[in-house]
Amino acid sequence: MTNFLTILFDGVAYGMLLFVLASGLAVTLGLMNFVNLAHGAFAAFGGYVCAVLVNRSGVPFFVALPLAFAAAALAGVVAERTLFRHLYRRSELEQVLFTIGFVFMAVAATDYVMGSSQVFINLPDVLQGQIDLFGVGIGRYRLMIIVICGLLTLAIQGTLARTRFGARLRAAVDDPRVASGLGINVPQVFAFTFAFGCGLAGLGGALGAEILGLDPYFPLKFLIYFLIVVTVGGSSTITGPFMAALVLGIADVAGKYYVPKLGAFVIYALMIVILIWRPHGLFGRTVAR
Amino acid sequence: MSDMTTLSPVAASTARIGRWRWQETAFWLLVVASYFLFSDRYLILTEIAWLALFALSLDLILGYAGIVSLGHAAFFGVGAYGVGLLAKHGIIEEPVLALLAAGLMAMALGFVTSFLVIRGTDLSRLMVTLGIALLLRELANRFSDITGGFDGLQGFTIAPVLGLFEFDIFGRTGFVYCTVVLFVLFLAARRLVNSPFGLSLRAIHNNRLRAEAVGIPVDRRLIAVYTVSAFYAGVAGALFTQTTALASLDVFAFERSADLLLILVIGGGGYLYGGLIGAVVFKILQEIFSSITPQYWLFWIGLVFVVIVLVGRERMRRWARVAPDFLLRRLGLSRGVGGGGSRGGEP
Repeated sequence: MTNFLTILFDGVAYGMLLFVLASGLAVTLGLMNFVNLAHGAFAAFGGYVCAVLVNRSGVPFFVALPLAFAAAALAGVVAERTLFRHLYRRSELEQVLFTIGFVFMAVAATDYVMGSSQVFINLPDVLQGQIDLFGVGIGRYRLMIIVICGLLTLAIQGTLARTRFGARLRAAVDDPRVASGLGINVPQVFAFTFAFGCGLAGLGGALGAEILGLDPYFPLKFLIYFLIVVTVGGSSTITGPFMAALVLGIADVAGKYYVPKLGAFVIYALMIVILIWRPHGLFGRTVAR
Repeated sequence: MSDMTTLSPVAASTARIGRWRWQETAFWLLVVASYFLFSDRYLILTEIAWLALFALSLDLILGYAGIVSLGHAAFFGVGAYGVGLLAKHGIIEEPVLALLAAGLMAMALGFVTSFLVIRGTDLSRLMVTLGIALLLRELANRFSDITGGFDGLQGFTIAPVLGLFEFDIFGRTGFVYCTVVLFVLFLAARRLVNSPFGLSLRAIHNNRLRAEAVGIPVDRRLIAVYTVSAFYAGVAGALFTQTTALASLDVFAFERSADLLLILVIGGGGYLYGGLIGAVVFKILQEIFSSITPQYWLFWIGLVFVVIVLVGRERMRRWARVAPDFLLRRLGLSRGVGGGGSRGGEP
């Protein structure tokens, strides 16, 4: 029983991490209709920035996390303004091609700069080991992930639902023409959203280096997970991807523990079944846009 | 041409489209010539041949029917493992028959999965195709007692083609064999896309709603072409295994499907030769890049993707049409007026 609870706990931590990693993609893909297969590249970038800061420059881990966010967001805004912005109106095939090319370049460039082996971030002692809560072993690091990611989720949801910026974003997404007619600077809103999404990915990459493993192929390896979170969750809300990420995280951890023989097979099969059953995602709108 | 008048309008039109042009003859003569010109490079020519067939298979669904697939390697992999297993367990020894059998296996998978692919939005289509390829890779990895798992399927030999032609170390037999298969299947594809069936695919690609309105059974046509395309991809995979005597997990890899998209984009979709030309260009690029930087050639391939999209495929195609005339004019060999103006109305 306690074993089960530990798995559940690990699954939740994993799922929340996936959500933070993929939430930026949920916005670009779901709200802006831009197929960004390069999302993982920003996550990896954040992870590497954090690793370099902590391991080489001796910056404390908790200071490096916001810096990873900032670095990835900056990279995101530069990439958006110079490259991705031209692709919003292109066909899906061209978006796919472009972002695949971008990932390939990012993977090779990371390999060139950082080497091909896996990178670990030196964690402070506070985060190592387990604490025992009512007989359930709880990893400190995973507990921190749940706390940080939980707060972030609330912040994202709050921003989208309650702030002026959230209202502008939703308006810009629903109908860009009318929104710009109302005086909303649509490209700016998109650029800001894109940068924020990339920043979240970078933060996720930094947090996830310990659990997911960070190497140059990170963007390709976890691409399918990000896409699952967004497509299965449906792209019209942010709660959909959140639920999907939790289900995915728990299913993946439990699957690897109880039926190691099948491995990721369960996840892929489940995704295909869900997409057949509800092509717009579990929590998505049923009408086609 | 006088008997044209007796044909129905559709038959006359397809006959006109399907006429064999001199450029095509020249292309295939070049292929034959490559056998004599590059007699020390049969191995790479063989690779180009099966890659071209693989790209041809994607062209059928992407160039003609407009289905974007991120997981076409699934069928390639089924063909590859299929032929490997048939050879290993001595079920079908003869390569041509094994090739057909492996193609049919991929075709069966294509038929079953086509129902999943034609459903849903474009995005979920990308996901489903990608997911199927990953799923098969995972299966091949897990059932390692059958497939050899991570080490790949090894330790089998491929019998002589038709019982006569032994696969030699220089790859001469392999090259001729692959090229003949490519040519035969190319002819079949050419016949297919120039038939009323092919025309209906183009109609679906251009405007699905309108195609439905004029009475084309859209779903059934898409299922049919997806199934045929899976057969082609399976045969390409089978050729890969037969010429290398190896089937490893990377036949299902995402990179393979992505490279395939690039090949088709380089060559251009929707006229069948795109995949063939793209395969040649891609292999040459890969050779150049990996000779400059063996470890980082992925970067340069990625750059090609990015540049192609940024420049724009339409613009490149326009250049490709205008460039020969431009060069000829520069050399004082003008072909006369209106050489490149046949589609001047394009934006």
